[in-house]
Amino acid sequence: MIYLDHAATTMVRPEARTAMAPFLDDVFGNPSGIHEISRRAKNALESAREQAAELIGAAHPLEVVFTGGGTEADNLAVVGAALAGGERRAVVTTAVEHEAILESVAFVETLGCRVDRVPVDGDGRLDLAELGSRIRTDTAVVSVMAANNETGVIFPLADVAATVRNTPALFHTDAVQAFISEEITVATTGADMITLASHKFGGPKGVGLLYVPRDVELEPVIHGGGQELGRRSGTHNVAAIVGMVAAMEVSVAERKLMHDRVAAIRDRFETALLAAVPDVVVTGARSPRLVQHSHFRVPGVTAETLLIRLDQEGVAAAAGSACSSGAIEVSHVLAAMGMSDGEAAECVRFSFGWSSGTDDGVEAAERVAAVVAGLR
Amino acid sequence: MRALVAMSGGVDSSVAAALMLDQGYEVVGATLKQWEGADGAMPLAGCCTVSDAEDARRVAAQLDVPYYVLDYVDEFTEKVVDHFGEMYAAGKTPNPCIECNRRVRFSVLLERTRALGCDVLVTGHHARIRHDAAGYHLVKGVDGTKDQSYVLHMLGQGDLAQVRLPIGEMTKTAVREYAAGMGLRTAAKPDSQDLCFIGAGSYRDFIRERFPDAARPGPLVTSDGETLGIHEGMVDFTIGQRKGLGVALGEPRYVVGIDPTTATVTLGTKDELLVAGCQVEDVSFVSGRPPVDRDVTVKIRYRAQPVAAKIADEGDGSWRVLFADPQAAVAPGQAAVFYHGDEVLGGGTIARAVR
Repeated sequence: MIYLDHAATTMVRPEARTAMAPFLDDVFGNPSGIHEISRRAKNALESAREQAAELIGAAHPLEVVFTGGGTEADNLAVVGAALAGGERRAVVTTAVEHEAILESVAFVETLGCRVDRVPVDGDGRLDLAELGSRIRTDTAVVSVMAANNETGVIFPLADVAATVRNTPALFHTDAVQAFISEEITVATTGADMITLASHKFGGPKGVGLLYVPRDVELEPVIHGGGQELGRRSGTHNVAAIVGMVAAMEVSVAERKLMHDRVAAIRDRFETALLAAVPDVVVTGARSPRLVQHSHFRVPGVTAETLLIRLDQEGVAAAAGSACSSGAIEVSHVLAAMGMSDGEAAECVRFSFGWSSGTDDGVEAAERVAAVVAGLR
Repeated sequence: MRALVAMSGGVDSSVAAALMLDQGYEVVGATLKQWEGADGAMPLAGCCTVSDAEDARRVAAQLDVPYYVLDYVDEFTEKVVDHFGEMYAAGKTPNPCIECNRRVRFSVLLERTRALGCDVLVTGHHARIRHDAAGYHLVKGVDGTKDQSYVLHMLGQGDLAQVRLPIGEMTKTAVREYAAGMGLRTAAKPDSQDLCFIGAGSYRDFIRERFPDAARPGPLVTSDGETLGIHEGMVDFTIGQRKGLGVALGEPRYVVGIDPTTATVTLGTKDELLVAGCQVEDVSFVSGRPPVDRDVTVKIRYRAQPVAAKIADEGDGSWRVLFADPQAAVAPGQAAVFYHGDEVLGGGTIARAVR
């Protein structure tokens, strides 16, 4: 089987699995406890925090808030900032964010916050002047993703940061999809808050983090025992946190290598596919894209049919968005890029990753070409 | 050989999938997402729900076969639900399950079977397909109380060549026993009763909301022309209906006529309900040809028994049915299905009664 759905989730790296093992075994303590077994868990937790802070260039370990995943970190950043201080303040974001942002934004909108969703052009690019014009004195947070989870189109975060810098707003970026291949640090993004999700870079599912300086006021979205400086209550999932940070360490250490290797696999894939099926249209081809993403459509072949046939041929790929039942949904990202429903329904996403084999791209292109030939 | 099994999440299609495996097919399970709420999610109540898709998915997992949810919301809305409303607005009584079979399941899905890498399409209907030198025959299911051949009358030779109906060979009891024997989670699941796109609510409320034209009020009159009052919408009435007429009369009265141009609903006696025959349109025959010299019975409702009749070609795909004995409650919009014994010869949609 050729796994080309790394943007959905990745295989747990062996380093993460090894790091997690003791905390699924004898070091099971609750880090908030007083006794020895708790202290050992607490020590591992805080070591992981220090390590994570260092890996993203945070000034202090307590700027890392562990959460139950990327969605939760996004909720904390957007809802937390919009409702901070008991006020209802405005949010600016883009039309193509992940649902974790868009639904959080829609939620605070129902509470009376003003919300602006900045459009993109047909190549998925953001109009920075437009973004700047939407930021007002009451804007609490500007949330712009580092790279799109469907198309892989990269947003120019440094430019976004410069736009936000002279305003009172905070700049949050969802870097969930980009972290594996792009250098994502406090310095490179210029962001006040950064969301990461463990399972996108070889860590376990159900854990993530939000980088947020201690002086940034956030209304918590999960209430309880006051863990994580009160920003995210709930007993720490120590094993998952330790596993995430172990995967993070490997990911950062191997990032350059992985970037170049995956770029080569992806490019060979697209070259071979376009040679075999010349009318394939690659989404965002004129924009900077994540090296691991290939988002494209085969005119006249629906994503649903293509993905089912590829599943039969041992290729695991995805459409950009699926609902809870597993049916393919019309993508808000592609709609925002001006694609028709018919074109959007033909779009599929192939995403390569750390576990991809060197020939996966070429082999996948051959199988796509064979399936398409059979359908036409 | 690979079989695409349309799995609704019920026991019949669950067992159909298992039987195809027994027959040596590779099986691909699929649930048709036909209807959704405003949020794009599958409905929570009714038959085409998230929990039904989940049952189908779990059964597929237990059988260790791939499973997909296929999006047919646009087709279903246009070809089945909108048609359903239009029929009520025209004073008729539609059968949306038949329209779904005709225009979604055994048309767009069947045509797509090969594109999905499969050779045959399988459903859990209680009906049988026979093949001999004359071609394919559609026959009532073994379980007479569950027979669904009526809703499959539109199938032709090309369709039947590519369709398998393994459940038609079994009684419902045997289907449930088979499912229980395999430990399938759907073994004791009740049969669905509701229309899949309406769910727990009333179809009349659904139509009122979505097709106000079908719910416009009009006069309620007797067959003598006496006005009894104003009714609250044609959607509340079906030919032959006795209950819920909104008026109290000394003797039993039935809906004997619905005139969509004036939204007039006419009540009459049981005798006035009886008609000699009906005009049937969009007629097709399973064999591709009208029957010659065969005794024909006609079934005019899902729950009716076929009755003896003569059928005559009127041209334009329209046929006239003359019952051997007058029949009550012949409702335009329902299917008239022609049988010879247990075999479905063909059928169409009742356009109007012939008095």
